[in-house]
Amino acid sequence: MSSSSQPPYEDPRDESAPPDEPRVGVDSWVATHEGRREQAAGISGRIRDWWRRTPPAGRLLVFLIPAIIFPLVSNSGNIYRYGILTLIYALLAYGLTIVVGFAGLLDLGYIAFFGFGAYAYGYLASQHTGHHWHAEIALPVVVVASAVLGIILGSPSLRLLGDYLAIVTLFFGQAFVIFVNNANRIDFPFFGQVDLTGGAQGLEGVDPLNFFGYKVSTNKGYFYVAVIMLVVIVTMLHLVNHSRTGRAWRALREDPLAAEVLSIPVNRLKILAFAFGAAVAGLIGCLYSSIQTLDAPGDYSVGLLITIYAIVILGGAGSLSGVIIAALIVNGVPELLRNPSNGRYVFYVGLILVLWYFLKTWQRLLIVLGGTLVFGWVLYGISSLVWDRGTSGRPVVDPETGSNWLSTAISHWMLTPTDRTQIANWAFFGLVILIMIATLVRGWWQVVVLIPTVWIAAFAWENLLFTPDQINGPTRLLLLGTVLVVLMNARPQGLFGTRQVEIV
Amino acid sequence: MSSSDGPDTKPLLELRGVTKSFGGLRVIDHLDLHVDEGEIVSVIGPNGAGKTTLFNLITGVYTPDAGEILLGGESITGIAPHKITNRGIARTFQNLRLFLNMTVRENVMASQYGRTRATVFESILLLPRARREEKEIKARAEERLSFFGQRLTGYRWDQPAYSLSYANRRRLEIARAMATQPQILLLDEPAAGMNPAETHEITELIGEIRRDGYTILVIEHDMHVVEGISDRVIALDHGAKIAEGSFDTVATSEQVVEAYLGIKGAKEAAAEDE
Repeated sequence: MSSSSQPPYEDPRDESAPPDEPRVGVDSWVATHEGRREQAAGISGRIRDWWRRTPPAGRLLVFLIPAIIFPLVSNSGNIYRYGILTLIYALLAYGLTIVVGFAGLLDLGYIAFFGFGAYAYGYLASQHTGHHWHAEIALPVVVVASAVLGIILGSPSLRLLGDYLAIVTLFFGQAFVIFVNNANRIDFPFFGQVDLTGGAQGLEGVDPLNFFGYKVSTNKGYFYVAVIMLVVIVTMLHLVNHSRTGRAWRALREDPLAAEVLSIPVNRLKILAFAFGAAVAGLIGCLYSSIQTLDAPGDYSVGLLITIYAIVILGGAGSLSGVIIAALIVNGVPELLRNPSNGRYVFYVGLILVLWYFLKTWQRLLIVLGGTLVFGWVLYGISSLVWDRGTSGRPVVDPETGSNWLSTAISHWMLTPTDRTQIANWAFFGLVILIMIATLVRGWWQVVVLIPTVWIAAFAWENLLFTPDQINGPTRLLLLGTVLVVLMNARPQGLFGTRQVEIV
Repeated sequence: MSSSDGPDTKPLLELRGVTKSFGGLRVIDHLDLHVDEGEIVSVIGPNGAGKTTLFNLITGVYTPDAGEILLGGESITGIAPHKITNRGIARTFQNLRLFLNMTVRENVMASQYGRTRATVFESILLLPRARREEKEIKARAEERLSFFGQRLTGYRWDQPAYSLSYANRRRLEIARAMATQPQILLLDEPAAGMNPAETHEITELIGEIRRDGYTILVIEHDMHVVEGISDRVIALDHGAKIAEGSFDTVATSEQVVEAYLGIKGAKEAAAEDE
């Protein structure tokens, strides 16, 4: 063996002179490469950098302070639509973070635990059953029961990995919905027919949360209860994540075999993760059921499951701060879009952001935007001379909000034909073709193609998507989907997620 | 733990007639093997000889079809892998199995699960035992990592494992296995994919680990490494032991040459020698 030959690289063990500044190409320079690249990424990089240096308690405060102020400056309806719903989504996502983000188990039956918690609370405290347990007793009982259910479901799932676990848990989730739909006429021996869940009508008259005789009755009260739960759960998750249990969860997510061989009882920890996730979901179920005063079977369906998964993935699986931001986006964007003039802002701002991301330079962005404006005016001018009907339809203005500067500006720029629907359908088709061409061509051709593409996108928006019958239905979801696709493309690892490396 | 090299030392690890088949293929065939305390034993053999299966059997990843595996005189046959690790067997993997998205320090701390007792509730409530254990295993992880000089210390502690070079990943895996404080360390091809300088270093490192009192069973293909470290060499072919003894004895054994080169090749090699 030629041990005498000089190694062709710097020996990092050369302890004689550790340089203050790592030299280019040397071990520690390579190691900090990722950090430098993130830092260089402009404003968002600086924000992330600042965020990383903020201690966990400080991060929590960043959310807590606006959360405390919000109900004081908002009305009851907005507290419910923006505040409570977002918090419930976030709380559910935190429970799922344990199972999916930490332990890496694809649990598609998660919502059933949420439903179980809701129905269990409804059973313990409602007019339906006549029991009226106080929350300080009911909540712990439901939490423990949910955890036990988690263990029961988790145990047979131990040998199942990946897709198989997903199938079995999905079945459990569906079975739960069918069960609550039909559990109003179960014949028990000795007891006779018992109505457990109220069937398809749901379990009605659920009590408000009653802590030691103090009843939470307003949306503001529930909002603060949810905030407290959030703080407790986030703190708990942070501490667990940095304990031996959390490390073991993450280890088994990364490599179950290596974890097992390194003294980690993989099976027990999987069940523990299931039980923990179920307990959190059960607790949130109690909160939800007392806010709704009704447990309806339809609330615990696959749709909610997908929403919660979207939040966990968008936030960055395993990231605690990402969940809140993602919940705000997933709940907030569709709620904002309920107001049509907001929808218009969201569309145009989103369009510009997408273009910026796509074109990467300010110069090209300005050229495309300017070109689109000129293109629109020219078309408008020509049309008003030769084709009256092309400009006779007004852009949709919501009767409640009336016209604002944006709608006025657009009505002098965009073609709005009287018989718009058919033309707009063809425009939509043309838009898809143009987008395909725009992704195929390169350089200045791309800029040239993008100008009519952006215009026709705006045309389709004003004439097809932004009509009264569309805005509250498909358009809202279409926009939410677009927002999600853009965000996921921009940060595939999630907003606050760290890049997961599989094989290097 | 101190190493003693007397002839009367009892075997630390012993395999008695261990057999393992996958379907019709007998991968390990009535294998008897022992490793004494303080020894470095190398297992060699051509690809498919059953070396890694042997490691999987010892660490409990597979259960033997027949035979018995004893650690310090007690049977560990059929026990779950994590319990076997707690009894004092640690291993590395041929194709690295690090927790790539965890930091270097966390990789080692994760291996301390079996050496800590705090429940999840103690961790949430930050009770004294949880905090004390956390401090202990952090210190132990850092101490284990500093075994490799500056390579895995300092700024490296908080780097994700995927940012490490290949050689450093191998080192981290060894550090992680050593941190479980085993009686016997199983290294599966520690020098695979290393350049000559790194291979040389690994050889010295294994010697250093032995001086720390570890018993080592190692699979290795690089004969320079095997020669440099082994007290005893065991050659496997088709799941059976074909030679055992000092490096020179095994390396010159006709059967071993045959297993590596085939009968014809062995004859040619013999002709060249003469």
